[in-house]
Amino acid sequence: MDEPQRRDIAAETGAPVAVHLHAARLSYRGAVVFEGLDLDLPAGRTTCLLGPSGVGKTSLLRLIAGLADSEDGGALPGAAVDQAGRPVHDRVAYMAQQDLLLPWASVLGNVLLGPRLRGEHRQPEIARRARGLIAQVGLKGREDDLPARLSGGMRQRVALARTLAENRPIVLMDEPFSALDAITRFALQELAARLLAERTVLLVTHDPLEALRLGHRIYVMAGSPARLETALDVRDGAVDLPPPPRDPGNADVLARQADLLKRLARAREEMPELP
Amino acid sequence: MSVLRGLVIFLGLIVAWQALVWLTGVEPYILPGPLAVAGALAARWSLLAGHAGYTILEILLGLAFGTLLGAASALLIAAFRPARQWLLPVLVVSQAVPVFALAPVLVLWFGYGLASKVAMATLIIYFPVTAAFTDGLRRTDPGWLDLARTMGGSRLAVLRVIRVPAALPALASGLRVATAVAPIGAVVGEWVGSSAGLGYLMLHANARLQVDLMFAALFVLAVFAVLLYFTVDRLLRLALPWQAEQS
Repeated sequence: MDEPQRRDIAAETGAPVAVHLHAARLSYRGAVVFEGLDLDLPAGRTTCLLGPSGVGKTSLLRLIAGLADSEDGGALPGAAVDQAGRPVHDRVAYMAQQDLLLPWASVLGNVLLGPRLRGEHRQPEIARRARGLIAQVGLKGREDDLPARLSGGMRQRVALARTLAENRPIVLMDEPFSALDAITRFALQELAARLLAERTVLLVTHDPLEALRLGHRIYVMAGSPARLETALDVRDGAVDLPPPPRDPGNADVLARQADLLKRLARAREEMPELP
Repeated sequence: MSVLRGLVIFLGLIVAWQALVWLTGVEPYILPGPLAVAGALAARWSLLAGHAGYTILEILLGLAFGTLLGAASALLIAAFRPARQWLLPVLVVSQAVPVFALAPVLVLWFGYGLASKVAMATLIIYFPVTAAFTDGLRRTDPGWLDLARTMGGSRLAVLRVIRVPAALPALASGLRVATAVAPIGAVVGEWVGSSAGLGYLMLHANARLQVDLMFAALFVLAVFAVLLYFTVDRLLRLALPWQAEQS
């Protein structure tokens, strides 16, 4: 990314925000999903969360997004805060595995969903920016198309543009590319890494290679109740990986992928019932 | 193709009808043949058209009021939680009382004119519209609601921008049911007490043993009901093009 674009993002979203989660606890139908869980997302970096299905990755992401409801209706312990101790749930943009596009709204209408909900969509500046984002994800000229006319990859590009249109310092992504074919996924990882640079990103994924391509830090979530293990942290002196998005053919990436796969297989055996 | 199929079904029914009359030798005052009914249709056309216009007006007004009231109730139920608790029982009770039993009361209250029939049609249309739209508004994709929550939309904004458009296909199926039952409301109202309309005409023709005229009125009503249904169905498809593309 060139220098002017980097300054752009910093000016738009303010200084990067770190996210801290301390002693988080969540139960589901009486069973403890995790408790006493600590998580740090470094400011302006991408953190990936790997783990077997059902371990609680999505629950953890929803907790940070402010979407988790406690079962007894009370406040949830361990709301995510920034470096100054303020809650972050109102500064996140959320992207799910399903594109969640509104079938009756055009591409532009979908990208402007957030502004519409907040009554800001008539500001010319916001519409102009949304069109710019649509061009950036490679869909210039398709602004007026309905989602049904787009391919799966294009739809997820629209979802990415909608996420960016929120212009939040923190982006939470729950397996955003897992429903796509391998080639489309590869292209979208590249695009997302470029457009999300300088933001604080949490990416939940089940694909070790995706985590290794995009992550500055990788956690593996395992056990029941779940705990987090650090599987990669670029601050370590021992790590000599290039910055993301990394080439999947890089020998270090491939060696680490094999290592992560074994680790995930062990984590899966720890699950109470194999799905 | 579908027009051709419709025509074949129509002609088939007419032929079966005529065959039934010939084979059984039934008296014309019990079941007149299609030719006799066609004769009555041609001879009494202006009389039939006048009464049909009256009934059609009742049906269309009933559809308009029933749809407006039903949609408004469903929106109220979706927008305010207490409204659901207070309105839903009323809704259920309104359906527990048979609308036909209410017809005499409505005639007593609203008179022999247009108003009692419109009230009757409105009442019969209200429930399917309210029930279908309420159901649609309650079934918003939870993923959309999560997304809206992170975007910071107010409850009403979420209702307006996401939940109402998402519920329009459900409202459309309610409207289709309503369109099919609307003529029942109007005609039952006319039977109970009226001075005009196809139901009134049928009642009088029956009393005077003008069975061919009675069947002609029934025929006009059936043709209108079918045309109304297909028109509404077509308009709804045009209004919600994304629904067809989605499936």
